[in-house]
Amino acid sequence: MFALVDCNSCYASCEQIFRPDLRGKPVVVLSNNDGCIVARSAEAKALGIPDLQAFFKLEPLLRRLNVHIFSSNYVLYGDISQRVMNILQEFSPEVEVYSIDEMFLQLAGMPFDLKDYGQTIRQRLWKDVRMPVGVGIAPTKTLAKLANHAAKKIPQTDGVCLLDTPAKWQWLQRRLPVNKVWGIGSKIARRLNALDIHTVYELACADRKFLRQQFSVNVERTVEELNGRPAIALEQQPAAKKQIYCTRSFGEKPTSLQPLLHAVSAYACRAAEKMRAQQHVVRSLQVFINTSPYDADYYSRSQVIQLPYATDDSRVIVAAARTAVTEIFSPGRRYLKAGVGLLELSDKQFAQSDLFSRGPSLAAEQLMTAIDNINRRYGQGTTFLAAQGSGQRWHMRQQYRSPAYTTRWSDVPLIKC
Amino acid sequence: MKILKTPRFACYVSAGFPSAADDFLEESLDLNEYLIRHPSATYMARAQGDSMTGRGIFDGDTLIVDRHIEPSHGDIVIAALDGELTCKILDTHRRMLVPAHATMAPIKVAELSDLVIEGVVVHSVRHHVRAG
Repeated sequence: MFALVDCNSCYASCEQIFRPDLRGKPVVVLSNNDGCIVARSAEAKALGIPDLQAFFKLEPLLRRLNVHIFSSNYVLYGDISQRVMNILQEFSPEVEVYSIDEMFLQLAGMPFDLKDYGQTIRQRLWKDVRMPVGVGIAPTKTLAKLANHAAKKIPQTDGVCLLDTPAKWQWLQRRLPVNKVWGIGSKIARRLNALDIHTVYELACADRKFLRQQFSVNVERTVEELNGRPAIALEQQPAAKKQIYCTRSFGEKPTSLQPLLHAVSAYACRAAEKMRAQQHVVRSLQVFINTSPYDADYYSRSQVIQLPYATDDSRVIVAAARTAVTEIFSPGRRYLKAGVGLLELSDKQFAQSDLFSRGPSLAAEQLMTAIDNINRRYGQGTTFLAAQGSGQRWHMRQQYRSPAYTTRWSDVPLIKC
Repeated sequence: MKILKTPRFACYVSAGFPSAADDFLEESLDLNEYLIRHPSATYMARAQGDSMTGRGIFDGDTLIVDRHIEPSHGDIVIAALDGELTCKILDTHRRMLVPAHATMAPIKVAELSDLVIEGVVVHSVRHHVRAG
């Protein structure tokens, strides 16, 4: 049996952790640069606020409805996600971190009532982290995903849905359209509809061999899984383990932040370029700076940053690297070395799109390809991001960002005594 | 965000005799390990005000707050009171949040079940020199 634990409106819930006054209130979180809405609390959804809409268009409506607005605070979300994942690991020896807000747990052989176990998980995450989650439990990962959907949508489940018999999962499958199935994107769903397959149940009953011919072995596996036969294994190790580092020592040791920003931006760009050449996307990156180990006051800091989604967009990667170096920078030192490492690499072909963010766009894709082609032909650095040292300061627009409550001493919550 | 500790360039290769102390190395004392039993459930906070001076918590002190511990009578807790985070002594017998200050009155809570506890203050840190 597998459980899928998924944080409810993850980013919006993170914003409510240290703001009890906002619990039960409509909250929305904006994407990078305050572009569009990427997360909504249940109350915001109930007000009919649409997802993934341009913020500037909705702003008057949000103000009128007294919706609380936040810029994305990935520092906070990353730390909270880490806490959630750490706690979940206590509940199973075999887990798969599926995304920033989802984890699969292997529950085979657990000597407990699984529904109770699911409730224990929920209560624990609420008590320890103040993160509301839904838990779906079923014999396959695909069914666990479906169960999770039910746990969130059907209030009677009380946040935990166990699909342990065909009767139970078929009941649900008859009521859900085929695009709700994990791995069935909108394109495949349209083609299935054309074949008169509309509900999940119709897909589960369809001829596997035919589907394999029409689509792919993945769709066939999905059908197996919808019938309770495991065909997709838990991925305990990230698929690709390779990492790409770009590190340099400085000729002239910088003492201020600006040259470090330029350097780290340049290294991040270089690493991203290497990564694109091997058709990978990255999920988290590490940035480090240090002074000479021979200095009396040796200073060495590093920071790992979780990206909002797996990407190969230099601009996203550079922005994250710059945030990190700004945080670990300490003034009045002569830095010897800086570096950027791209950590969680995975095959671009199998990149998972994120529920909460737009993810990489086609335009970004074309831009990156164009930059790479120009640089390959005319030499490295022919085209580059301004961040690499055009002398201009480059900052994300984050007008409504909350404090980094759990990672910055200056930002810890204030308690009235 | 998780700030990972990375080993500094710790190992120097030298050609001399190895130190006899190498066989007796122990980890340095780690305040995180000493003060924090449930890392994933613990957060830091800053005290603001004088209502807890009787229990040694002063304005500007750092509070280490553990959500995992079940709050019980007499504990110093963080409570969500009218949407605001406040630090008081939990009195489950009289259903009150009690300040540790002679001139301040306890706060009566109608139903203890209505009271949302946002963690137990397990340690507080006085800063005699500016921290950070």
